[in-house]
Amino acid sequence: MKRKGMSRRELLKSAAAAGGALAAPAVWSPARAAAARNETLLLVTENGPNNLDIQGVGTNRPGYEASWNCYDRLIVNATKTLPDGTLSYDRDKLEPELAEDMKVGDMSVTFTLKKNAKFQDGTPVTAKDVKWSFDRAVTVGGFPTVQMKAGSLTKPEQFVAVDERTFRVDFVQKDRLTMPDLAVIVPSIYNSELVKKHATAADPWGLEYTKSNTAGSGAYKVASWKPGVETVYERHDGWVGGKLPELKRVIWRTIPSPGNRRALMERGDADISFDLPSKDFAEMKQAGKVKIISTPISNGMYSVEMNVKNPPFNNEKLRQAVAYAIPYQKIMDAAMFGLAKPLFGGKSNQVGSAAWPQPTAYVTDLAKAKALMKEAGVGEGLSTTISFDLGDGVTCEPIAELLQESLGQLGIQTTINKIPGSNWRSEMAKKSMPLMVNFFSGWLDYPEYFFFWCYSGQNAIFNTPSYQSKEMDAEIDGARQAAASGDKATYDKDVEGFITRAYLEVPRVPLFQPFLSVATQKNITGYTYWFHRQLDYRSIRKA
Amino acid sequence: MLAKIGRRMLTVIPTIIGVVIVTFLLTRVLPGDPAIYFAGPAATPQSIADIRKSLGLDRPLPVQFVRYVEDLVHGDLGNSLSTGQPVVTELASRLPASAELTLLALAVAMAVAVPLGILAAVRQGSWIDHACRVIATAGVSLPVFFTGLLFVYVFYFLLGWAPAPIGRLDVFYAPPTDYTGFYLIDGLIDLDAETIWAALKQLFLPALTLAVFALAPIARMTRASMLALLTSDFVRTARASGLDNRTVILTYAFRNAMLPVITTLGMVFSFLLGANVLVEKVFAWPGVGSYAVEALIASDFAPVQGFVLTMAILYVVLNLAIDMLYGVIDPRVRLEG
Amino acid sequence: MKDAATIASPAPSVPAAAPASNSLWRHGRHVMAENPVTGIAFALFVLIALAALVGPHVVPYDPLASDVAAKLQPPSPAHWFGTDQLGRDIFSRVVTATRLDFIIAVTSVALVLAGGGLAGIAAGYFGGWTDRIVSRVADTIMAFPLFVLAMGIVAALGNTVTNIVIATAIINFPLYARVARAEANVRREAGFVLAARLSGNGELRILLTQILPNIMPIMMVQISLTMGYAILNAAGLSFIGLGVRPPTPEWGIMVAEGAANIISGEWWIALFPGAALMLAVFCFNLLGDGLRDLVDPQRRT
Repeated sequence: MKRKGMSRRELLKSAAAAGGALAAPAVWSPARAAAARNETLLLVTENGPNNLDIQGVGTNRPGYEASWNCYDRLIVNATKTLPDGTLSYDRDKLEPELAEDMKVGDMSVTFTLKKNAKFQDGTPVTAKDVKWSFDRAVTVGGFPTVQMKAGSLTKPEQFVAVDERTFRVDFVQKDRLTMPDLAVIVPSIYNSELVKKHATAADPWGLEYTKSNTAGSGAYKVASWKPGVETVYERHDGWVGGKLPELKRVIWRTIPSPGNRRALMERGDADISFDLPSKDFAEMKQAGKVKIISTPISNGMYSVEMNVKNPPFNNEKLRQAVAYAIPYQKIMDAAMFGLAKPLFGGKSNQVGSAAWPQPTAYVTDLAKAKALMKEAGVGEGLSTTISFDLGDGVTCEPIAELLQESLGQLGIQTTINKIPGSNWRSEMAKKSMPLMVNFFSGWLDYPEYFFFWCYSGQNAIFNTPSYQSKEMDAEIDGARQAAASGDKATYDKDVEGFITRAYLEVPRVPLFQPFLSVATQKNITGYTYWFHRQLDYRSIRKA
Repeated sequence: MLAKIGRRMLTVIPTIIGVVIVTFLLTRVLPGDPAIYFAGPAATPQSIADIRKSLGLDRPLPVQFVRYVEDLVHGDLGNSLSTGQPVVTELASRLPASAELTLLALAVAMAVAVPLGILAAVRQGSWIDHACRVIATAGVSLPVFFTGLLFVYVFYFLLGWAPAPIGRLDVFYAPPTDYTGFYLIDGLIDLDAETIWAALKQLFLPALTLAVFALAPIARMTRASMLALLTSDFVRTARASGLDNRTVILTYAFRNAMLPVITTLGMVFSFLLGANVLVEKVFAWPGVGSYAVEALIASDFAPVQGFVLTMAILYVVLNLAIDMLYGVIDPRVRLEG
Repeated sequence: MKDAATIASPAPSVPAAAPASNSLWRHGRHVMAENPVTGIAFALFVLIALAALVGPHVVPYDPLASDVAAKLQPPSPAHWFGTDQLGRDIFSRVVTATRLDFIIAVTSVALVLAGGGLAGIAAGYFGGWTDRIVSRVADTIMAFPLFVLAMGIVAALGNTVTNIVIATAIINFPLYARVARAEANVRREAGFVLAARLSGNGELRILLTQILPNIMPIMMVQISLTMGYAILNAAGLSFIGLGVRPPTPEWGIMVAEGAANIISGEWWIALFPGAALMLAVFCFNLLGDGLRDLVDPQRRT
């Protein structure tokens, strides 16, 4: 049947032509797209931020990355080049970021803010903003407040806005960790006027607002955030905290399947990925299509942890038996594919240096393990569970399976318990898991910091073995005080003391210090390893 | 007709109530404690107890349930723990993504399964019949995530035919103006051919994966109803009156055969919504399925409750619509009803 | 009493005992000849059952024994299906897994038949409130996105084989209840039921001894489909981490874990368990069709 007038097809064609001429193209022209690609970084990981503010409630690690890049701190660690050519943060050197200089006194430190420091909305940064931000950090509770406490930053009275551009922090006690603690992500500088505008009586610190809006002075601002899907950053051209970054735009996409992330990297459709399984990193390194950079995670280790409060592992000889039963080398090969530093097979458990982390003297020796089992008085064997965080299953599962096999030879029957997602925190808090495979790494790279969280009597959530010992606490406190007063001899003695105690009583058996690996396309340079293990976009360049 | 609708609605209400109760109970039985999650790493038993109180989790279950229902009536599905966003907003923004994918998959599945089913019925017992059965069954015999990953490996990684499994649109495309949330429709309204093409490219693999799964029931149903019809009286009469085979099959048998297929579609659609969950995970599709799965793993109650409730209501409405449609198409049903 | 017993025997329209077994066999051969695919399915089923029975005793390697030095090796004469990420022999694991998957399939079906089937029969036979309650429960379950319901149940109860089976049974409840209900409804007023009632059999007895055996043939089709579905469900749950616990060999979890290795080129880790899984589900599905043809030629599709 023929219609009168224009056929539908003709009508659509002409409409499209007319529409095309009028409507702005939704995609840039190929030339513009190519240029834009060069200034844009595409990052793919398994999870994205659930909150753009590290001081928010329950912010996840990707959220830390957003805070790091969008906010400034007063000072920042300098960058150094490691022997193998990779870049890393320098634990021992601090540089000005938002402050232009700092004067460290006996019981205080004074900062002068940079003259032209401006927030992303154009308002100047003042000392009032800094004080407000610090007050916020120590008052909101949760993780940020505890992190501040680790550097003896606890009371708002310590923070003084001397004048428009001068800010002073008073110490409550001498603590070596105070200065480095000022450079971690938590004491970010917020645009207090902007955030206060959105504060309410129920939410005096504006946490709701900063959850989805960045109100900082950092090098990047979040242009769009679709939780669980994509975060898009744009460069803040007025950034004074350092050299202006080269990347104008960073797009961060959540791709849940690790196989697909690897496929994207190998086909060149993504620029950076850093949470792939070690196996993929090892294989991609060999294949050579993408650049793989691996750095040992500072102050971090995977360990087998046992609850020392409840049977059966309240028995020290049993714990030592387990320490000798662990198939260390097999575990390193199967879980990390060589991308780790062993923390076993050292000279002696009576350590002779304050280096951290350092290997224990345990090795895989089933005969010794069986003998210790007899001494422990559990010769007939027992049964228990091995728990680990499902979110870290790629590494923990092979460890658990190999551990299960070895313990089976000792007569210890185990079932493997994979604990999903955020339940892991709950389970850790309950302190009821008998045997776990776990990972911990401390931001501040000092042994007393690790021990403060993982072994001290305050029984923090990270002290999963529920280990409490007066002697240990004395040594940890001693070390902290010695560090504060610069007494190296006492410091070394106490550190060696608590490490030895930890290795002999072995509530936790160190396995290895893992590497943090990053896969980038060959034209990407400037990747720097940071203690927080997240990506710093400011130094990255795309050729 | 109206009375019939009214009566159907009445039977639907107990179902919805049942869903609400079961969802609530199920999420409350999930392991994991939101209070501990909120309390953070420095949690002391006191701070956890305080937070639990502020979240209302220390009240007895019936009280919590009443509060939950009150919120529901006001359209408040709560907030997601992990993203902090209101569940209603997130569901609303993600639903079009899932719906677009499922509908396209359904269309593809029908385009393949219906002709296959008709062919198998017309040539019953021949090798085509057996081949149809084998193909359709094979599609349903593999876990859907495996099919998806296999497709990604073959069509993207090895052959490069499909685009990167990176979501609904490549990073360098801006989504079309948000009229419906369906990129294909919105792109059409905007008359933006490039975006339509980009969205279609991304839709291709996940839709194919889902379609493979839906082939079997549709093909099977088509074949069955065609078979029943081809031996029926009126078709025999049509043939006897001299109408050519083609007309008989397409004009008479097919139209009537479609009725049971439409009913099956309702079941297939809800079945696909379930398979959706895994496909979305594999293809990084920002739909309600992946949203619910992540929330479930993180013991995040509100999104799971919201998702289940929404899907249940959708399913109920869909079935109602299909029943109505059936009544419109088939006068026998109407008369009996 | 003897008269009552003879009156109570099933109606002749359904293939009955001894004299009819010949015709059943003949009928079976006829169906098989017409439909070679069904024959293949039956043969495959026997093979699977055999593997489930004797498999774990005849495999070359211990399915749980790791050998990290030999990890990720492609198929070779030493390891027919290659080795996985811990160096375990995949062939041994695939064959050993047959038993667990078979058990998952069979117990899921048994459970849902007992639960859904009986509930459905009761609903169809008694009507009234029994019918209303069972139908409402079935409707409520059907309204859920089924896989998410399974996820929720396993997440809430813990990921053990028992709970996976329970979850599968619950999800399939509506289907069985509906079919059973419809069939029971039809047979409610049938001659043999009336006869049984007349001879003094209690209602429950009639339900179990008369109606249930009668509807079994119809349910057979559904049963074989559910067996396949149970295995696929376990695989899907494994993909999100809610499947069976390691190191238990089970096709679903082997596929789920091996899937990550496809891109890196170690195709054998996922392919072999995937093929086994597919074959089993395929076999069960085709079996269902074949059984339907065997049992009720009128309904042949």
